Amino acid sequence: MILIPRYSARAIASIMGMVFTVNVAVAQDVAETLVADLSSHLIAITPDFTGVDLLLFGTTDGTGDVVVVIRGPHSDVVMRRKERVAGVWVHTDAVEFAGVPGYYALAANRPLEQMNAEAELAFAQIGVPNLRLDAVDAPTETSHAAFRDALVKNMQRKQLYPVDIQPVTFVGERLFRTSIRFPANVPTGPYSAEVYLIKDGQVVTSEITPLAVRKSGFGAAVFLHAHRHPASYGAVAVVFALAAGWFASVLFRKV
Amino acid sequence: MQIYLPIAEMSVNVFLLLGMGAGVGLLSGMFGVGGGFLMTPLLIILGVPPAVAVGTEANQVVAASASGFLAHMRRGNVDFRMGSVLLAGGMAGSALGVWLFFVLRQIGQIDLVIELGYTVFLAIIGTLMLVESIRTLLHREHGRAAPRGAGRHTWVHGLPLKMRFRKSKLYISALLPLTIGFVVGVLAAILGVGGGIVMLPAMIYILGMPTSVVVGTSLFQIVFVTASATFLHAYNNQTVDIVLAALLLLGAVVGAQYGSKIGTLLRGEQLRALLALLVLVVTAKLLYGLVATPEEMFTLSPIFRTP
Repeated sequence: MILIPRYSARAIASIMGMVFTVNVAVAQDVAETLVADLSSHLIAITPDFTGVDLLLFGTTDGTGDVVVVIRGPHSDVVMRRKERVAGVWVHTDAVEFAGVPGYYALAANRPLEQMNAEAELAFAQIGVPNLRLDAVDAPTETSHAAFRDALVKNMQRKQLYPVDIQPVTFVGERLFRTSIRFPANVPTGPYSAEVYLIKDGQVVTSEITPLAVRKSGFGAAVFLHAHRHPASYGAVAVVFALAAGWFASVLFRKV
Repeated sequence: MQIYLPIAEMSVNVFLLLGMGAGVGLLSGMFGVGGGFLMTPLLIILGVPPAVAVGTEANQVVAASASGFLAHMRRGNVDFRMGSVLLAGGMAGSALGVWLFFVLRQIGQIDLVIELGYTVFLAIIGTLMLVESIRTLLHREHGRAAPRGAGRHTWVHGLPLKMRFRKSKLYISALLPLTIGFVVGVLAAILGVGGGIVMLPAMIYILGMPTSVVVGTSLFQIVFVTASATFLHAYNNQTVDIVLAALLLLGAVVGAQYGSKIGTLLRGEQLRALLALLVLVVTAKLLYGLVATPEEMFTLSPIFRTP
C-alpha cells in the first residue's frame, strides 16, 4: 500500500506540525491512522461481463469521517445542444470539456454537508458538484453551467456518475467497508480509488490505490487486432461475412 | 444470456441480436435490400455507438446479401452486365461518401444529415412505389394489362454511350446506371447501408428493368459496395465489431434464405406494395424523431480527431 500525503500543502503542513510539536511515537500513530485496500485491483472485462461490485475496506484510528472517491479514465468530450430550426431539431451550440472522468463514484459514512469541510472537499474534487469540468470554449458563464449540468446528467443516466452517495459502514470502531458498483458499460483504462480521512473540517490524511479496467480474453484479442492491424482485421471481417453468406446459401439449397 | 461486444464496448442479450438478425434477414431476402436501413437505427436504439453501428452493419450486410445473391444467381435472376456498370458508379460514389462522412462528423451534423437524408429520400420513394403498385394491382383486377415500362420512349433513351443489357431487355445509355450507382454509393457510405432500398426503385422506375432481375442484380452490387465499406470502416475508424456482426449475420443468413423463397411466391406488384409500406413506416418514424421535442436537449460525444 502506498501512503500518499498528496492532499494539500495545508494538510501536509498540519501533519508535519504534529510531528514536530509532539514526538516521534505520535508521528508513527498519524501515519497509521488510515489503511485501506480494494478486493481487486483489476476489473477484467470478459465476454460475459455484466458489471461488478468491488469491496473497499480499511481501518482508521476510530475518529473522523471516511470519504471514498473512485475516478475513471479522463478524456475530452463535446456536449451539443439541440434547437428547433424550421421545425426540425438541429445541433446548434457546442461546448468542449477537457479531462472529463469517464467514471466517478462516491461513498461516505455520513452526508458531506455535515463534515464542515466545504473548501477541502472542493479542492480535492470530492462530490459531483465539485468536479472540475473545464470548458475549453464556453461562450458565456450561464451557458457553461447549462452544458455542465447536461454533461453530469448524461453520465448519471449511464450510471457512470452517482446520483446518491453510497454508504461507508463502520464495523465496530475502526474497521470500515463500502461496496462500489461498476456497471457493464464502464470505460476501460486507469482508475484511482482515493480514501480521505476528515477530522474537524480538515483532510487529515488520504490514500490512493490504483485500479485498472481492462478487456480480457477473446474480446481483448479482437479489440487489439482491430487497432493494431486494421487492414487485416477489415479483410478478415469481409472474408468471414462472404463465407457465412456462401455457407448459408449452400446449406439451404436442398431445403 | 449477455455477451460483451469488444468494439461497441457494451453487453447485449445474445438472443435479442439473433432475433433482430433473423427478422431483418427475412426482409432482405424478400425484397433484395440489404436491410441496413432497418438494422442501423435498431442498433443505435440498443445503445451501440452510431459509428460502430454503421461499420458493423456494413459487415453484416455483406453476408446477408451474398447469401441472397447466390440464391438468385441459381435461379438466373442476375444481370451481371448491368450490375457491373452500377458497381463502377457505386465505388466512385462511396469514396466521395466516406470523405463527406468524416467532414460532417467533425462538425457534429452527421446525425442530422443521416436522418434528414433518409426521411426525404424514403418519403419520395415510398410514395411513388405505393401509388404505382396499387395502380397496377387495381388494373389487374379490372382485367386490363398494366402498361409495361420497357416500351415507353422518353428523354432517357436519347442519352449517348448506349449499351445493350440482354438480361434486362434494355438498350440504354451506360451513363444512366453509372449515375444511379454513384448516387447510391454516396448515400450508402453516409447512411451506412448497402443502398438497395434506394437502388431498387431507381432500377424499376428510371431504368425500366423487369422486376424479376432487379432483386438479384441489386444484391450483386450490394455485396461489393458493402464489402468495400466494411474494409474502409475497419481500416480508418476501427468501428467494425466482428462479434456483433457474427451474431447478427447468423440470424440474417437464415432469414434471408426463407425471405427469398417467400419473395418468389408473391407477384412483383404485391412485393412492391409491401416494400413501399415498410419504407413509409420507417419514414414516419424518422420524421417523428426529427420533429418531436427530444427527451434530452443535449448530446454527449467523444471528440473526434482528424483521421
